[in-house]
Amino acid sequence: MEEVKTVREPLFHMVKRGNITLLKRLGIYAGAIVAGILLTSILCVVASSDKSNPLEMFSSMFSGVFGTERRFWTFLRDTALLLGISLALLPAFKMKFWNLGANGQVLMGCLVTIACMRNLGGKIPDAGIIAIMTVASVLAGAAWAVIPAIFKAFFKTNETLFTLMMNYVAQGLVVYMITVWAPSGSGSLSPEVYGRLPNIGNGYLLTIIVSAILTVFMFFYLSRSKHGYELSVVGESENTARYVGINVKKVVIRTLILSGAMCGLMGLLIGGSINYTVSSEIVNNMGFTGIMASWLAKFNPLVLIGTCGLITFISKGMGQVRQDFGFYNDAIGNVVLGIIYFFIIGCEFFITYKLIFRKKNKTDFTAIENSTQKGKGGNE
Amino acid sequence: MFVSLITGAIPLAAVFLFGCVGEIITEKSGHLNLGIPGIMCSGTAGGCLGAYLCVSTFGNHVSWLVLVLISVALAFLFAAVVGGIYGFLTVSLRCNQNITGLALTTFGVGFTQFFIDNFVDRDYLYRASRIINRGLSFAGDLGWFGEIFLSYGILVYVAIAIAVVTSIFLKKTKTGLRLRSIGENPATADAAGINVTAYKYSAILIGSGIAGLGGFYYIMGYLGGSWENASTIEALGWLSVALVIFTLWRPNLSILGSFIFAVLYILAFKITGISFSQMSLLKILPYVVTIIVLIFTSIFGSKNVQPPAALGLNYFREDR
Repeated sequence: MEEVKTVREPLFHMVKRGNITLLKRLGIYAGAIVAGILLTSILCVVASSDKSNPLEMFSSMFSGVFGTERRFWTFLRDTALLLGISLALLPAFKMKFWNLGANGQVLMGCLVTIACMRNLGGKIPDAGIIAIMTVASVLAGAAWAVIPAIFKAFFKTNETLFTLMMNYVAQGLVVYMITVWAPSGSGSLSPEVYGRLPNIGNGYLLTIIVSAILTVFMFFYLSRSKHGYELSVVGESENTARYVGINVKKVVIRTLILSGAMCGLMGLLIGGSINYTVSSEIVNNMGFTGIMASWLAKFNPLVLIGTCGLITFISKGMGQVRQDFGFYNDAIGNVVLGIIYFFIIGCEFFITYKLIFRKKNKTDFTAIENSTQKGKGGNE
Repeated sequence: MFVSLITGAIPLAAVFLFGCVGEIITEKSGHLNLGIPGIMCSGTAGGCLGAYLCVSTFGNHVSWLVLVLISVALAFLFAAVVGGIYGFLTVSLRCNQNITGLALTTFGVGFTQFFIDNFVDRDYLYRASRIINRGLSFAGDLGWFGEIFLSYGILVYVAIAIAVVTSIFLKKTKTGLRLRSIGENPATADAAGINVTAYKYSAILIGSGIAGLGGFYYIMGYLGGSWENASTIEALGWLSVALVIFTLWRPNLSILGSFIFAVLYILAFKITGISFSQMSLLKILPYVVTIIVLIFTSIFGSKNVQPPAALGLNYFREDR
């Protein structure tokens, strides 16, 4: 008899999921985060000469965030700052406009704030300064975002790199202004005294309140307003948007003005309420972190509170881990964040797709087909 | 001053060139890798480890060949492994390319800073740099010609050679044509029997490895073995990514492009008689020029200079 050639079925194959229950989705996310944190805690123990128990990393992280009242307030404020910046990025991303320039937009807001405080301080009443610097910082942030948006809308200029380069231009301007303001060459400015934003309760609450208001605003803007609807149509398909009569150029420019203005507002808080000074690194890369946060939140402002909290928790906690574990510098924080990002990004796969494994000792194709169909029913 | 501007720019141009060619190879497979800055950093970590191990084991009289081979191999390896994370996430797991790239940059910058601070003794890097940058012995006898063309370490010539070879590979070989077809339309390439996944992985791994050499050479060639911090390399990485658009996805053009970028970058340090604040303004120049170039290519770009059509889109065979 002729030898029958058998087709070898691969060990597994991928199938796109139709839909997934919320519980399963959350389970996958939680699994990814736990796996990421476990891996990084082992990594930290291996890299550290002082500690040997991975669990100590968690106690370290918790004490770094919740240890004292001050730490906890700082954690809340930094979460609020990151939240504000991530919120600013949401509408742009939903429109599929890759705004990588939040660092620069926030920095410009901060720079303009400090410029107002320096030049007007003592000459007009503080209330006047505050009014002027609020308007100015919002305008500066909006300007930094709208320039790439205009070119994107009219000439399809690559916004990813454009906004990125604007970050470095903003940083350069800050360095330049510092050399002008502090010609001694010290490279840093002393804190401004005039025109500070008023403290509400304590030094942290103002930022938190502003971010809370922005969250509510953004939630309704995206889900209940005509603008929000238009930008989500543009994000899904520009052609569809054009056919239904949406002015795409207008939507792009309008959305980026909003995005930049909110970044500028965050710059105002950083300059006028938290640091009272400006430096090229003062934004602390929150523009990039905000991108991760808003992508992980899947453009939902309420989920965003959670992702911003998680990211801030990790980076604040790692600051404490660094001390307790005797690490030389805070670079380990970026390593840990990066690895956890990888896990969260990677788990997206298991939400969109599922793997169907080869059944043992069966090369019968009808069986495979059956199993595929059963898989569609929802069990794995 | 003119000669010193050129001799100062060329080592930096090599850094850009490595990064740019690496990114071009990756983008030709349809993957926009925004992790290039992080990958260039990781290459630095690997290369510096190799250089440190060589010099500390064999002493100051370590053979030039051994040092170059080991450190370059490690730089390539580290960068390829980190690039492999990007490859796994975007090719196998079909994750969003931009987000994965940005996460990779966060990781790569932190990893490199951490790695070099903890595992590399920087004192050895100066010595390694002196050996690696050894130019041809007779270059000094040839006056300005020797100084401008022959006085650099081997890696500058490697960078140019890689750019030329990549250019020929993409245009003239069957494999290059297949790679380009995957970047344009992976479904068609798949239907033609090309192993899309294998090509994508190879392009990402090799591209990342080449980019990693750029970071390594920045420390060894341009800075002469001094380690500042990883965020400087990150800025260079972004410029390399921008350079890909500037040079219209063509490796041979990128030789010229990276030289121009390098001149702009070091101009601020080379012009004498300007104040400190004027110098800080001049440092913005490469970024402003990049923006202007981006605008120009988008306004006047013809149909031939478009990015690969499937750039940024992941390929899943069963999608329709």
